[in-house]
Amino acid sequence: MTIMDYLNNNMATFLQSLMRHIEIVAISVLIGAFVSIPLGIYLTRHKRLALFVLAFAGTVQTIPGLVMLGFALILFGIGLMPALIVLSIYSILPILRNTYIGISQVDSSYVEAGRGIGMTDFQVLFKVELPLAASSIMSGIRISTVYTVSWATLAGMIGAGGLGDLIWTGLSTYNKTYILAGALPSAILAFVFSGLLGLLQRVLTPKGIRGESA
Amino acid sequence: MIHFQNVTKRYGEKIVLKNLNLEIRKGEFVVLIGPSGCGKTTTLKMINRLIEPDSGRIFINGEDASKQNAVELRRKIGYVIQQIGLFPNMTVEQNIAIVPKLLKYPKEEWQSIVRSLLKLVDMPYEDYAHKYPSELSGGQQQRIGVLRALAVSPPIVLMDEPFGALDPITRDSLQEEVRRIQKKLKKTIVFVTHDMGEALRMADTIVFMNEGRIVQKAAPEEMLRNPADSIISTFMGRHITSGRQSVPLYAEDFMRTKVLKVPKTSKTLECIELMSRRDVNSLIVIEDDETYFGTVTIEEIKQHGKAGRNISELVSNETITIGRKEDARTALDRLLESAANYLIVLNDDLTVAGIVTRTSTAKALGEALWGEMPA
Ligand SMILES: Nc1ncnc2c1ncn2[C@@H]1O[C@H](COP(=O)(O)OP(=O)(O)OP(=O)(O)O)[C@@H](O)[C@H]1O
Ligand SMILES: [Mg+2]
Repeated sequence: MTIMDYLNNNMATFLQSLMRHIEIVAISVLIGAFVSIPLGIYLTRHKRLALFVLAFAGTVQTIPGLVMLGFALILFGIGLMPALIVLSIYSILPILRNTYIGISQVDSSYVEAGRGIGMTDFQVLFKVELPLAASSIMSGIRISTVYTVSWATLAGMIGAGGLGDLIWTGLSTYNKTYILAGALPSAILAFVFSGLLGLLQRVLTPKGIRGESA
Repeated sequence: MIHFQNVTKRYGEKIVLKNLNLEIRKGEFVVLIGPSGCGKTTTLKMINRLIEPDSGRIFINGEDASKQNAVELRRKIGYVIQQIGLFPNMTVEQNIAIVPKLLKYPKEEWQSIVRSLLKLVDMPYEDYAHKYPSELSGGQQQRIGVLRALAVSPPIVLMDEPFGALDPITRDSLQEEVRRIQKKLKKTIVFVTHDMGEALRMADTIVFMNEGRIVQKAAPEEMLRNPADSIISTFMGRHITSGRQSVPLYAEDFMRTKVLKVPKTSKTLECIELMSRRDVNSLIVIEDDETYFGTVTIEEIKQHGKAGRNISELVSNETITIGRKEDARTALDRLLESAANYLIVLNDDLTVAGIVTRTSTAKALGEALWGEMPA
């Protein structure tokens, strides 16, 4: 049985897995972004805390995905929920780090110019810092997304569904076709997301500073 | 308009401003100058409360600045900083319009402000309004920086080394533009620089600071004439060059004081001998009371002189004389117009102070340009 045969016979299941995979990735990255962008902004205002938090997040990141999933399984049981929790946690670090670095790297004279001409702190953030850091933040989101696409395959292990399901099924039944049917699309998915988010990154980078960063 | 009252600022142990008192009048162009780290920027930023004093008070228009809302205060005070003050993510128009927009001016109003301000510096709206800062030259960026500070027509404008990074020609023209705008719009400007030439050229009043204190506050001419401290003279020496417009120079500044003078009772041979020994071809002849009498040249003596006679019969009084306090410009004009090699500079009591020659002029100019090196 080739992949094509498999796809022809199981299109509905495959599409369902694909959609579920995309769904898991999207939700995890969105949660990650919602947590890490504000947290990153907060940390730029509390540099000492930042060192600690970033170091902590970095350590968490080094815990193998399987171990994390194992904990999640023990704590939350089987299903979508524990997978989303674990993947959200993983997606936090790249975005957090890029938000923090992006804003920290905004030249302090811009911030001071903003304050000096009468912007509130809020306005300095939204009119100066975030636009100038947008490219860096978007690149964090892109990195997170690509990682999450591949990590999400692990989620199949604890019954969250997605392309991982196919891979695990394949692994447990020694079926190469199933493995490929799960692995190939997830690799392609990573490329596609990366490309799309790259475009978005470019669009969100303010015109006046485009071209400086690829 | 701006009044510092016993203002002190510390960073840790270090006292950055020591009990500063300063009064800035409405419409005055005040330049803060002094060595790096003397507290100029700190002083400036206290006016718009980017930095708060540890003690003392600052009054703006009679109102205690610390009692006003800092953000609102800043919107009423223009602020121009060095080099990269413009936001790179905004066009020229957006940059200029920031404060009007913060103050919720209607669109038509801020647009017309942008147009008229761009006209003020000869940058046509159509050509420049939609450009980004990265597409402008350094000088153009700084012009826009100045315009942004003027957008809501604040009565006070603060500038911190705005032209520090520009080439001399651009800087000159921007200095003139700012001066012109200031005169036209009658702004109170507080301007920080470490370039004495710039200070002399632009200021109504120069405030010279050192180590957190005001060393001298005076009009440029006054500071040039009577620097209160040797550190000010050092600053002057180095920077006097670009202050040429406002630096008053007198004939005495260009003269040489070592000159050969002989009494009119000298004998011809004596004079010839003196001239050949000192390798000069003319002498200044003075009266018994040392007042100026005339000059005598070696040719004159050789042609008409008779041995043993008084020099006085050969003296010419055609050499041009000039008072030591006369304008240097006049002295130079006369020197260049006349065939003579020198002018006689006279003291008030008509005794000879010195002579202005082409060489002494060149030397004085050289010193003005490059200064006497500190020992
Ligand atoms: N945030 C700060 N923390 C500690 N020290 C500071 C701080 N800001 C300024 N200082 C110190 O205060 C002094 C005055 O600084 P200020 O910026 O006012 O100097 P300045 O006269 O503007 O110098 P320059 O010509 O170099 O710009 C300096 O010695 C500086 O090191
Ligand atoms: Mg400074």
